[in-house]
Amino acid sequence: MPDETFRDEAEVTERGVSRLGEDPSAPVADAFAEVAEGELEGPGLEPEQEILTLNMGPHHPATHGVLRLIVTLQGERVIDLKPIVGYVHTGIEKSCEDQSYWKVIPFVERMDYLAYFFNAEAFCGCVERLLELDIPPRAQYLRVIHMELNRIHSHLVGLGTTALDLGAISMFWYCFRERDTILDMFEMSGGQRMHTRYFQVGGVFEDIPVGFERKLREFCEVMPSRIDQYEALLDRNEIFLRRTKDVGVVSRERLLELGVTGPLLRAAGEPWDLRKSPGYLSYGDFDFKVPVGTVGDGYDRYRVRIAEMRESVRIIEQAINGLPEGPWIADERKYVLPPRDELSTSMEALIHHFKLVTEGFRVPPGELYYSVEGPRGELGCFVMADGSSKPARVHFRDAAFVNLQAFRDMCVGGLIADLIQNLGMLDPNLGGIDR
Amino acid sequence: MPDAPGLELIAQGIDDGRAGTVIETSVEHGKATLIVNPDGVLHALRWLRDTEGQGYRFLSSLHAADYLPATPRFAVHYELLCRERVERLNVKALLPDPAAGNGSSPFGDEPLPEVDSCVELFPTAEFQEREAYDFFGIVFRGHPDLRRILMPEDYVGWPQRRDFPIGGEPVLFTHNEIEAPRWFE
Repeated sequence: MPDETFRDEAEVTERGVSRLGEDPSAPVADAFAEVAEGELEGPGLEPEQEILTLNMGPHHPATHGVLRLIVTLQGERVIDLKPIVGYVHTGIEKSCEDQSYWKVIPFVERMDYLAYFFNAEAFCGCVERLLELDIPPRAQYLRVIHMELNRIHSHLVGLGTTALDLGAISMFWYCFRERDTILDMFEMSGGQRMHTRYFQVGGVFEDIPVGFERKLREFCEVMPSRIDQYEALLDRNEIFLRRTKDVGVVSRERLLELGVTGPLLRAAGEPWDLRKSPGYLSYGDFDFKVPVGTVGDGYDRYRVRIAEMRESVRIIEQAINGLPEGPWIADERKYVLPPRDELSTSMEALIHHFKLVTEGFRVPPGELYYSVEGPRGELGCFVMADGSSKPARVHFRDAAFVNLQAFRDMCVGGLIADLIQNLGMLDPNLGGIDR
Repeated sequence: MPDAPGLELIAQGIDDGRAGTVIETSVEHGKATLIVNPDGVLHALRWLRDTEGQGYRFLSSLHAADYLPATPRFAVHYELLCRERVERLNVKALLPDPAAGNGSSPFGDEPLPEVDSCVELFPTAEFQEREAYDFFGIVFRGHPDLRRILMPEDYVGWPQRRDFPIGGEPVLFTHNEIEAPRWFE
């Protein structure tokens, strides 16, 4: 495809952007008007000028979940697009209001099912701040290790499935190979491959087992070379480059207006990463860079994710080298289960254990919004406590839910094939969007 | 977050432009909150966004909450962020329930609380206002496309209100579908 076509698309995209916010049916009517003025005098519409409204999804292999898109097409050009979500809405936020705090963790982990450690951290961190409970340094480091592994895992799934959509099926197998080693480590530390419930209010559930460290070091050693392999497969792949370069560009200002965060924003050149903000776990101890792109097209988004995986590996290496000794969960018997061995000797421990398991701990009235940098952007959690042992409201600000608003801007004016690429690089997770 | 005196200055600044906008300020758990009059929400948000030296130009989250049995019953939270100083500020608009006393209607035709939409100021609020409408029945005046977003379009009721029962939705299997005749309509 010659370069001029791309330039043409960019202009149309901007025209599409300026129309956003008006009556959603307006662009269709406009397009009709444009056609009617110039062309209807003659023998009739050319096939590529006809307007076609197409329903994509919710069951479509390339929508990365049950996302439904109402796409209005003129020929192969997208002239309007409307995402429709809610097909996997399971009312998790409502269900959380009926669970005691420690039982909420497995619920929220299942929202964005590729970023479960982040969901758990957003919720546990929020409750810890409401309780004003400090977590020990070892727990902070263990959380960082698991969250960064989770970030790599999420990016790998996103990269693999996107490359699959663009025709590179081998990428999918290679990405899932590394993902599997990560899941093996999660299984070692938390007992489950996904939704491990490893993070607790006050720290983490257990210390990492023997052998975890060795496996983690092996992973850190091998992962950079694996990332080199991905790059070797994709970076000079002509099909991949043509599909991603200069496609789906949205200006940095527009992205900020739309509240987009995470790799999408960084690919547009904005170095915004909550991990660099003060007082968020122990990220201040680690030396890492925030990768940014220049153009903000699909290729930049891919590059930023690849670079983030490298940085995550660096963070994990530093965290495992500097892992402090000490307890992995706060020694606060009102909120944290007592060690198992105390139960047979200490009456008090037994009472605490009984109270915590039956009723759960109570959180003093208050409300708080706490956000972490998830793999898709700012993952915020709002918890409202009314003094009982159940939260009065749990709300998640899912990054993909907010980022999806930028999807129309990315696609309008482009080809329908680019829509698939844009969606893959947007990396939505419908479990998180619909909650 | 701004400290307590800084928050008072902000409240003063907002009130100078439009008296009676800020009802209360509070700082707890390291979070500053401005409780504003629902009529003055747009003024407060615009002031915080556009005033020199404030720069709360990023709306990181908009969500609603139901404080039943307190009055005013509903609140819309605006979590603002100043990216230059990495400061967060929560603006909270308390909304009374216009249906208070009548009991909520099972047909969904009770009067609904209303507040001005901030989509003009922060385009990111579009989906989140739809979500607040969907779950709490809070109407955002001036929203370009206020429809349900996560629940089905024909759904009746506001599921995340505190008086909406959990488990109120019957789960249909083949053995009990006779209990809900013509469920497929």
